[in-house]
Amino acid sequence: MNKQWEYPYPEIDPDICKGCKLCVAACPKNVLVISSKLNSKGFHYSEYVGEGCIGCGNCFYVCPEPSAVTVYLRNYVEGEVS
Amino acid sequence: MAQKTVLRKPKGFMDVYKHKPGTEKDRTHYCPGCGHGILHKLIAEALEDFAVIDKTILISPVGCSVFAYYYFDTGNFQAAHGRAPAVGTAVSRANPDSIVISYQGDGDLAAIGGNNILQAANRGENMVVFFVNNAIYGMTGGQMAPTTLEGQKTTTTPYGRNPLSDGYPMQMCELLNQLTAPVYITRTSLHDMANIRKTRQAVRKAIRYASEKKGFSFVEVLSMCPSGWKMDAVRAQQWIKEKMIPRFPLMVLRDNAENTGPIERPVPVLDPEEVKKVLGYDTFETTGFKKRPGTMFRKVALRVAGFGGQGIMSTGIALANVGMKYGYNVSWLPSYGPEMRGGTANCSVKIQEDSIGAAECTEPNMVIAMNQPSLEKFEKLLVPDGILIYNSTLIDVEPSRKDIRVCPVPITGIADELGDTRVQSMVSVGAFAAVTGMFDPEEIKSLMPTLFAGKSEKVRKLNEEAVQKGYDHVKRNF
Repeated sequence: MNKQWEYPYPEIDPDICKGCKLCVAACPKNVLVISSKLNSKGFHYSEYVGEGCIGCGNCFYVCPEPSAVTVYLRNYVEGEVS
Repeated sequence: MAQKTVLRKPKGFMDVYKHKPGTEKDRTHYCPGCGHGILHKLIAEALEDFAVIDKTILISPVGCSVFAYYYFDTGNFQAAHGRAPAVGTAVSRANPDSIVISYQGDGDLAAIGGNNILQAANRGENMVVFFVNNAIYGMTGGQMAPTTLEGQKTTTTPYGRNPLSDGYPMQMCELLNQLTAPVYITRTSLHDMANIRKTRQAVRKAIRYASEKKGFSFVEVLSMCPSGWKMDAVRAQQWIKEKMIPRFPLMVLRDNAENTGPIERPVPVLDPEEVKKVLGYDTFETTGFKKRPGTMFRKVALRVAGFGGQGIMSTGIALANVGMKYGYNVSWLPSYGPEMRGGTANCSVKIQEDSIGAAECTEPNMVIAMNQPSLEKFEKLLVPDGILIYNSTLIDVEPSRKDIRVCPVPITGIADELGDTRVQSMVSVGAFAAVTGMFDPEEIKSLMPTLFAGKSEKVRKLNEEAVQKGYDHVKRNF
């Protein structure tokens, strides 16, 4: 099933995130927040508020954890290899 | 390259960090907010985008990034502390088509590995060095590093770094910029998004230069160490901006790649036949003379000693070469001071039927002493009944031991009569041949073209004469 995303959005793995807050500080639209919940490692992880992402990629590039942040850009088609 | 539609973990990383021990094979070991992860990601992304993952070899250092080989899906080495550029040199020379990345921290690169990086840069090795500068030893618990700022408090500088006792922060980019060979030297930072993107460009440029074999690239990255600096990651970024950048200004110090072609290094000679030819041994047969029956020795352990310049070493080499020609096992071991002429010198020579263990003659059965101090020193070492040949021109004191056989030969005098004191060594060789009966003087003379390869006919003739004189003197008098 191919699915075209109308809006870009970030996906943050709550279990991998170490809660360093770099992405929250780097987001130009302030659409990332630190969750009140804890993950299995005991970190307050970062999460997307659900709308407002412009797909700038800042959170991806500032995140020190290779697999914590994935950003789907506007023209992403699921199943496609970038 | 097509426009990216998704930003996800680059293929330069392993899917699962299978070499990492423990259960957390899906995440790095770095502290929250560590700059290493960011730079790792930029490198892995560039390797994927340029499709060079399979030809990249990454050298991990000692430091927090010691485990970089858990994460990168490239060829990996882990080098001893500070030695990544040396290991990288070997990897690059052995695999000239590979992309070699040396990933180092400030303690590793600027302290213990300071000379390694200078020499590798000076040779212009085809590699990329990523230098993560966080002004502290992170892994070991926040001690002062060479790049620690003036006044910065660390566990080993609790009152702040004082330049009068601890020196000043070392600016490695500026240091390397004094060298001729590097093609690309730059300093970037991870303190905000604009600079992370600049770092990304620098990383990509350096890796591209390496794939084009442009030579040595050095990318210094100012990076945060929230744990070592005892602050949160966002505050650490501010700290880079406020404290580090004034001391470590961000700039491209050099970018010469456009004027530099691909580096083609000379291919080393590794063929044994070729090496023999270079040393002049390609025409030298190691056997050929028949051993002479009835020689006194099955085993010669000889010490030749005297002033440097008296032909001590050449006597030893000549005897070993002649012995080899007779089919004996031989060894020659020189020992001399730092000065080439005028100091004391001696050498050990072994010529024997059996195979040789140690090359040094600690208990010689024969000594050739060219001067008084050598006589005193080596006479003592002789085994009982051993033979002492000494240079009676320069030594006028009788040897003190009575349990040895002595054979005074005016070696310097004979050489002087021939018109050149430099032929002393061949007089000694002649005397040795006469005393031991192992070598025939005519056969020694036939080796002159090898022993004096590249010398004139006159020199060879003179040396042949010297051998004969030494031989005759011993035969006549003893």
